[in-house]
Amino acid sequence: MQRGPSESLLHQHMASVLSSLSVCPLSLCRIMKVKVLSRNPDDYVRETKLDIQRVPRNYDPTLHPFEVSREYTRALNATKLDRVFAKPFLASLDGHRDGVNCMAKHTTSLSTLLSGSCDGEVRVWNLSKRECGRTLQAHEGFVRGMVVRFCGTSFFTVGDDKTIKQWKMETPGYGEEEEPLNTILGKTVFTGLDHHRKDAVFATCGQQVDIWDEQRSSPIRSFTWGVDSFSSVSFNPVETELLASCASDRSIVLYDMRESAPLKKVIMTMRSNTLCWNPMEAYYFTSSNEDYNLYTYDMRYLDRPITVHMDHVSAVLDVDYSPTGKEFVSASFDKTVRIFPKDGGHSREVYHTKRMQHVICVKWSADNKYILSGSDEMNIRLWKANASEKLGVLAPRERESRNYSQKLKEKFQHHPQIRRITHHRHLPKNVYHQSKELRIMKEARRRKYANVRKHSKPGTVPVVSEKAKHVVTVVK
Amino acid sequence: MVKVSEKKKSVKKSSEEEEEEVRYGEEEEEDGELRGEGDEEEGDEEEEEDERKRQKLLDAIGSLGGRRKRRKRSQAERSEAAALMSEFTVNAEGGGDKVQLSDLIGTADRVPAKTRKQLENLQRVRKSIQSPLSRRESDRIQRDVAFQKAASEVSRWKEVIRQNQRAEQLVFPLHQDPPGPGPGPVERLVSGWRARTPLEEEVFALLSANKQPIHDPVLTPREEASVRAMSLEEAKVRRAELQKARALQSYYEARARRERKIKSKKYHRVQNKAKRKEFLKKFEEMVEADPAGALEELHRMEVARMKERMSLKHQNSGKWAKSKAIMAKYDEGARRAMQQQLEVNKELTQKVVTSLNEEEEEEEEEVLPGFVNDAERGVDSSNPWMRGKLSEERKEAEEEEEEVMETVDLTVEEEEEEEEEEVKETEEEVLLREFDSRRKLRQAEEERAASDREEEEEEEEERAASDREEEEEEEEKAASDREEEELSEFTTLFRGISDAEKVATDSAAPLQEGLIRIRTLEDVDLLSQEAPDDEAPPLPPPPPLPQPSAAVNPPPPATEKTGKPKKRKRGIELKQVLTKDTKAIKVPLAPTVEDGEEDGEEDGEEDEEQRGLIREAFAGDDVVSDFLKDKRKQEDSGKPAVVDLTLPGWGEWGGTGLKPSRGKRRRFRVKAAPPPPRKDQHLPSVIISEKRNSAISGHQVNSLPFPFANPAQFESAVRTPLGRTWNTERTVKKVVKPRVVTRMGAIIEPMQREELMKDRKRAGGKTTLDSLTKKH
Repeated sequence: MQRGPSESLLHQHMASVLSSLSVCPLSLCRIMKVKVLSRNPDDYVRETKLDIQRVPRNYDPTLHPFEVSREYTRALNATKLDRVFAKPFLASLDGHRDGVNCMAKHTTSLSTLLSGSCDGEVRVWNLSKRECGRTLQAHEGFVRGMVVRFCGTSFFTVGDDKTIKQWKMETPGYGEEEEPLNTILGKTVFTGLDHHRKDAVFATCGQQVDIWDEQRSSPIRSFTWGVDSFSSVSFNPVETELLASCASDRSIVLYDMRESAPLKKVIMTMRSNTLCWNPMEAYYFTSSNEDYNLYTYDMRYLDRPITVHMDHVSAVLDVDYSPTGKEFVSASFDKTVRIFPKDGGHSREVYHTKRMQHVICVKWSADNKYILSGSDEMNIRLWKANASEKLGVLAPRERESRNYSQKLKEKFQHHPQIRRITHHRHLPKNVYHQSKELRIMKEARRRKYANVRKHSKPGTVPVVSEKAKHVVTVVK
Repeated sequence: MVKVSEKKKSVKKSSEEEEEEVRYGEEEEEDGELRGEGDEEEGDEEEEEDERKRQKLLDAIGSLGGRRKRRKRSQAERSEAAALMSEFTVNAEGGGDKVQLSDLIGTADRVPAKTRKQLENLQRVRKSIQSPLSRRESDRIQRDVAFQKAASEVSRWKEVIRQNQRAEQLVFPLHQDPPGPGPGPVERLVSGWRARTPLEEEVFALLSANKQPIHDPVLTPREEASVRAMSLEEAKVRRAELQKARALQSYYEARARRERKIKSKKYHRVQNKAKRKEFLKKFEEMVEADPAGALEELHRMEVARMKERMSLKHQNSGKWAKSKAIMAKYDEGARRAMQQQLEVNKELTQKVVTSLNEEEEEEEEEVLPGFVNDAERGVDSSNPWMRGKLSEERKEAEEEEEEVMETVDLTVEEEEEEEEEEVKETEEEVLLREFDSRRKLRQAEEERAASDREEEEEEEEERAASDREEEEEEEEKAASDREEEELSEFTTLFRGISDAEKVATDSAAPLQEGLIRIRTLEDVDLLSQEAPDDEAPPLPPPPPLPQPSAAVNPPPPATEKTGKPKKRKRGIELKQVLTKDTKAIKVPLAPTVEDGEEDGEEDGEEDEEQRGLIREAFAGDDVVSDFLKDKRKQEDSGKPAVVDLTLPGWGEWGGTGLKPSRGKRRRFRVKAAPPPPRKDQHLPSVIISEKRNSAISGHQVNSLPFPFANPAQFESAVRTPLGRTWNTERTVKKVVKPRVVTRMGAIIEPMQREELMKDRKRAGGKTTLDSLTKKH
């Protein structure tokens, strides 16, 4: 509408000019024949900038043919770009003088990480600056376990020197001594530690599982059940009175803090190293096992795991859930970190670098964006939880296009080309060959069992599912 | 030494028979211990001798005790293994006979009768108590019970977990803090900070020396005021005040209602009189104190009078008046009442000379009852539409007024009434406007109707056209709706299925780990080229999909053409069939070019020109014959070739320039069997290739993916486009919504117990509803 009148004006003006110039009327006619695109701005100009862009569009499907092939191409491109931009490694925090044995997330600050090493040193890191803010010699020998109190003002460490120490989170002022708030001398070595999420109660494990009140120097409760060595203990973050521990007799034991006796235990074919509860789903937990697998259990039905997560080619040393409870990350002796969907049998991602040695501990940051891994070669590494994700703020259009391509990938995920690209990962040579070897071994075992089954009397050799294979017994 | 002490003690024991036994036991133990120690030092012989001596001594002591004691001693001796021997040196001699309760009671002399009775009752009960479980067993039971408890406790989360798993979108953190002021002003943080290092102390000393503010006022006074204004206490106080006011108001309202309901006329009369008196008094005071206010009041009174006058109140036309008129003949009181009424009427209907503007109206308004008065009563008399007011409304308004008049003539209440009226009038105005517009429309239509039938016809046509348009629009809407529905249906289905068991999909598609790193797009391309074929797939390939999968699979990039083998049937002369021109496909184009007023001639010329150009450009192309050639080529390539196995030189002369004989050639030529008939045999304008095109197959799904039950489902899933090219903005937004949304820099806390409460509330609401429905 704006343009229409102005054009007619222009025409008139031209006509008057030309006539005044006394140009041949024929040539005038030729000049006058101008075709112009004219649109009503109301159709494409939005009233305020808060409105969505007005895109005049005819949705007649005949005008937009080949939708499947076009979307397929888009999905393929998105997949390729995804792989090209997959650069998960962000930073390496070095400073420890021995292998990193344990780490702890700060409960209230995202940028703070605590790490304890095999020489008894504890370091407090600032992740946004990627530097160490504080160093303290906490123990003699290993720092076995570390946990930040729920309020975030102090943290606890246990070490090989049979002590539990409580430290202030604040850096001591100028001239102040670095001293623990509280020290408890135990009778035996402690191997693990976890804090209750709401109360001033924490649990340690060693020869037995102890529940401590922060105000007392002796445990308020001790659990033993025919085992003399526990490797880890962890509180349920949802049902905060429950806890579970991994013992050296290949068992996982459940406890209730309020009861005087343990609840139940499941004995598996090999030992579990650590265990992590799902922070969003009260009764699920995942344990990392020596037999290269991880097992997700429903605590109500311990007789078989819900899911067996395979892919590692060596003992799995640590596991941590993402705060959304949808995925978890595992650290392994095979020098890789893997990310598994909580109900997926295989990993969706594998992280490794040339210099990363046996990964001993791993944590998923509380904002669901990063993964931290501490390894034998004294470094803590910071990874992106989603390898190809762009960090920082996304513009709305950017975000929308990302959502769209994500959905496209999901839609075409079964197409071979796309699957091939999305699932391709580079592996170090030894891991690659070992996984191949394991695959062959597994196949051979399967074949053998099938043969045995085939050649024995029907019904004598039962089919044993993969899930049932790894559980020896459940002890009540 | 030991012996000596024993002897001494034995002497003592002989004197006190009762205690002896006990003590002896002690001695024995002690002795045993000591002996054990001695064993290590002394030889065996010595030990034997000691033993013997000791035995003697023991015997001697035993004999001292008399008969009873001796027996006891002998009982304690163990000569042979007895099954009934207990560890407490009590053997079960005479184990057969039970100790009766009566025996026990019999020895005790002073047992109260009551207790005795109880005990006897107990004795009658012939139930033996079970022996307690072993510790192992009891522990086990305890554990089991505790586990059951914990399991049931944890199971409460089941519903929440299921909901979260099914949710289309989850936003983390689950508990979003309401936006607002933070934990407190920064000052608090600042004040908590102390100077520690010498440098800091120095700086602070300097600052204080110069009387500089150490703590900056972080908040401006205005901000502070606002913070203070929002303080909790104040808010509470304010709320309490408001509550009180509301309570008072409702109290007064209730009271007024009550009073109004009182039917006693006398009461009301008295009331009215009192009110009037009071009002008059006030008015007089006001005249002195505030003349302007008094004038206003007067004016208001005047208006009230006018209103009264407009009503039929004192016209003697009411029920009451009529009855009084009948009674007036006989009743003095009635006559007086009528008189009074008439006086009032006269008074009211008197013409008053006023300074008001509406003189004309006043003049008209003599004693005209009903409609006229009402119609003109409105404020805005200039508006002709005011006259069109509905009479019912009028009546209602009037009735209200009447009521008011009845109760109080000139009171404060009237003011309120007026206010109400004003509000009503605004509402009326809105209504009137509507009426107005409608009426105008009607008039216009009428005019049109009056003017021409032709126009009407045209109108009808137009209307029909618009109807059609509307219909089309509706159809479009419906179509888009349908589309959306389908989409959402699909997505929900897809989600549901994929939620059900992701395990299987995952196990079906593990990471394909290799030694190749992807660094650039070229690498990715290489990867896709090398194809999944080179590595053995982790699972045996499932049976291929039934035919329709071809439709699903995206055609490969546009450059690839479908394959084309060919074969021709003699019966049909392709050339004849294909002499016709190809059908032009009409594609509706969005009208992007606005044609001016140019006439069709020029367009036609231009078209011809363009056509000529195109003809010129593609002069050499004969599409039809090209197609035929193609088809024939395909057919030929599909035919099996004749194999010539003739060897020159065998059985005849060979050499340069010599060909094997025809007979020989015929003999050694092997003809293959003819291929099966082609599918496009009878389709002249089609080439159907039955060869597998490897270029396409690389992009095709060769097995039904997990969550889908049948190929049709999967096909429909793939066929539904997601992008904004095909869908409306809203649909796209809905479809591409990510499943998990996290806020940047927010700590995601684990699930809280409150979630459970929320869920329970929801569930509780539902269950109560259910129970209610069940009851009825």
